Amino acid sequence: MKLLEYQAKHLLKEYHVPVPEGFVVKGLSELSKVVQRLGGRCVVKAQILAGGRGKAGGVRLAGTSQEAFAAAEDLLGKPLETYQTAGKGELVNALLIEEQLSFLKELYFSITYDRETQTPVLMLSAEGGVEIEEIALKNPDSIRKVRVNPMTGIQEHHIRELYLSLGRGKEGYRAFTELVKNLFRLYMERDAAMVEINPLVLLEDETFLALDAKMIIDDNALFRHGDLVEIRKVPEDEQQEVEAREKGLSFVKLDGDVACMVNGAGLAMATMDMIKHHGMEPANFLDIGGSSNPQKVIEALDIIMKNSRVKVVFINVFGGITRCDDVANGFKKALSQRTMTIPMVMRLTGTNEKEGRRILKEIGYDAFTDLKEAVARLKEVYNGIREEH
Amino acid sequence: MGIFVNRETKVIVQGITGRDGSFHTAKMLEYGTRIVGGVTPFKGGSEVDGVPVFNTVSHAVAATGADTSIIYIPPAFAAGSIIEAVEAGITNVVCITEGIPVTDMMTVAHFVRSKGARLIGPNCPGIITPGETKIGIMPGHIFTPGPVGVISRSGTLTYEVVHNLTSAGLGQSTVIGIGGDPIIGTKFIDCLEAFEEDPETKAVVLIGEIGGSDEEMAAAFIKEHFSKPVAVFIAGKTAPKGKRMGHAGAIIHAGKGTAESKVALFREAGSVVVDLPVDIAEAVKAFF
Repeated sequence: MKLLEYQAKHLLKEYHVPVPEGFVVKGLSELSKVVQRLGGRCVVKAQILAGGRGKAGGVRLAGTSQEAFAAAEDLLGKPLETYQTAGKGELVNALLIEEQLSFLKELYFSITYDRETQTPVLMLSAEGGVEIEEIALKNPDSIRKVRVNPMTGIQEHHIRELYLSLGRGKEGYRAFTELVKNLFRLYMERDAAMVEINPLVLLEDETFLALDAKMIIDDNALFRHGDLVEIRKVPEDEQQEVEAREKGLSFVKLDGDVACMVNGAGLAMATMDMIKHHGMEPANFLDIGGSSNPQKVIEALDIIMKNSRVKVVFINVFGGITRCDDVANGFKKALSQRTMTIPMVMRLTGTNEKEGRRILKEIGYDAFTDLKEAVARLKEVYNGIREEH
Repeated sequence: MGIFVNRETKVIVQGITGRDGSFHTAKMLEYGTRIVGGVTPFKGGSEVDGVPVFNTVSHAVAATGADTSIIYIPPAFAAGSIIEAVEAGITNVVCITEGIPVTDMMTVAHFVRSKGARLIGPNCPGIITPGETKIGIMPGHIFTPGPVGVISRSGTLTYEVVHNLTSAGLGQSTVIGIGGDPIIGTKFIDCLEAFEEDPETKAVVLIGEIGGSDEEMAAAFIKEHFSKPVAVFIAGKTAPKGKRMGHAGAIIHAGKGTAESKVALFREAGSVVVDLPVDIAEAVKAFF
């Protein structure tokens, strides 16, 4: 789950990490009071989940309240297109209005996890700002990375190591230590998959402040962060995916016309690879997961049938923890509630296979055991439909 | 023979009274696995399929002498269950549970290693040495004993590949699903090391996926240290690009994780990489 900047900064404040004074505005009528409190000079920041906002004009400096109004009017309630919004633009529902600050230096700071060492990794660079990924490629040594053993937690030497890479004197070390400790505590306690402060700015009094903030919370940990679930904003292009996840399904919509329903992410990807290998295009990725009860199959069918481009449905189930009879019962129930006008090719094998086939037979369906044969049949059906058109 | 587990392995089931736990306990017993006990808090003293249930893992270990456990516990409690098992002296933990938070798993993975124990998973189908023992959720009937070791990040895709091997008359020494999560206990390399030492394993099938860099590390290991032939399939060549994890994800995983990078490295290491999972058996046949 991604947090909006103002939501992330709210968490930062909770963990005593300094952020600029700022106010969230959701309508123009609220603006004048806020701008007045900040003394006219302010920064107007569009609140969207996609990155690349700065370059797309989503962050405006205003010297007067007139300028602030003009910027707010320009952004609020309109879609903002960045290089990460895939040509569609993300609707700006809220603005963060912040004080303008002067600072000595822009830095880059982040915490994420490293799969290889299975540890949190803290990263700091003296060269903050929007070009950080380029810097990472061209001059990776300029980004200091420190890995923390999760059993012993963050230690003073980790922080010292990071701070020394800035090449600054002792004056700022205390504030830096506090900052890093607090951010690490936030990362672990709130189950962040990523905390990124870019830029982290060094102020004239040798203290640090988070000028921007990006955070992703581990979806698997949301069960213990009810406060975050409540403020969740789901990006428009992910709404179907999130809806599916709530039902225990993993779904990604794609551009093709062959819908697929598979148990297991690896097999689902391999099934898509096979569909593509045979000259067809998958309409989606859909993993019904393990231990699927009949209801999941019904919901999975509902989701894939929402896509009007779908010409044929391919079902590939290799039962392990998923039982073939559960899947078959799901179908039986689903088909008793609707008429399927779209052809279906099914492959069903593994745990409780016999029982599953028996149930399918009752409703007049047959299933393949072998994947190769099933895909060959799928190809035939698909070609048949294309010839009709 | 095979690696990590065999017919002598004594197993307890954590979460034995749950829907999945009880169902798969029956299936494992049917396969011949030595299930000697189960654990469900406050159900100690009862039985599931004739298997005694205990309140804690340490009670179960004391009463049965088990050294291996399999976990069917919901994600909120699974990390704690792994720690409980290791603290009770279990040296082989197989965790089936899907959806354990990353911060929990980082700590647990380090803890398990610090105690010299082995964790397989989480989010995995388990491990099977065909004809001897099945500690997992895989459908037993598709496996058959033989010379091919199989390591996979996926569950059902493993079944697909094993089905393909068995149909072609190629049996398996041990099949391990290492799990699909970002943080797992046993990696490809750990399995390759064990297969190298196992005289019954004559060839290995490795099933990878896009994302992470475990396959890259496995390819480097094969190039330097592995003497047996390896056939590889990487799933997800056509999958849409994953969600970006800010700049941080790009910095820490720069250039790794794509299907192309994995396929290229395995080819360079001398492994045979197939395009489709149903082509694996043909590639392995050529090894014999």
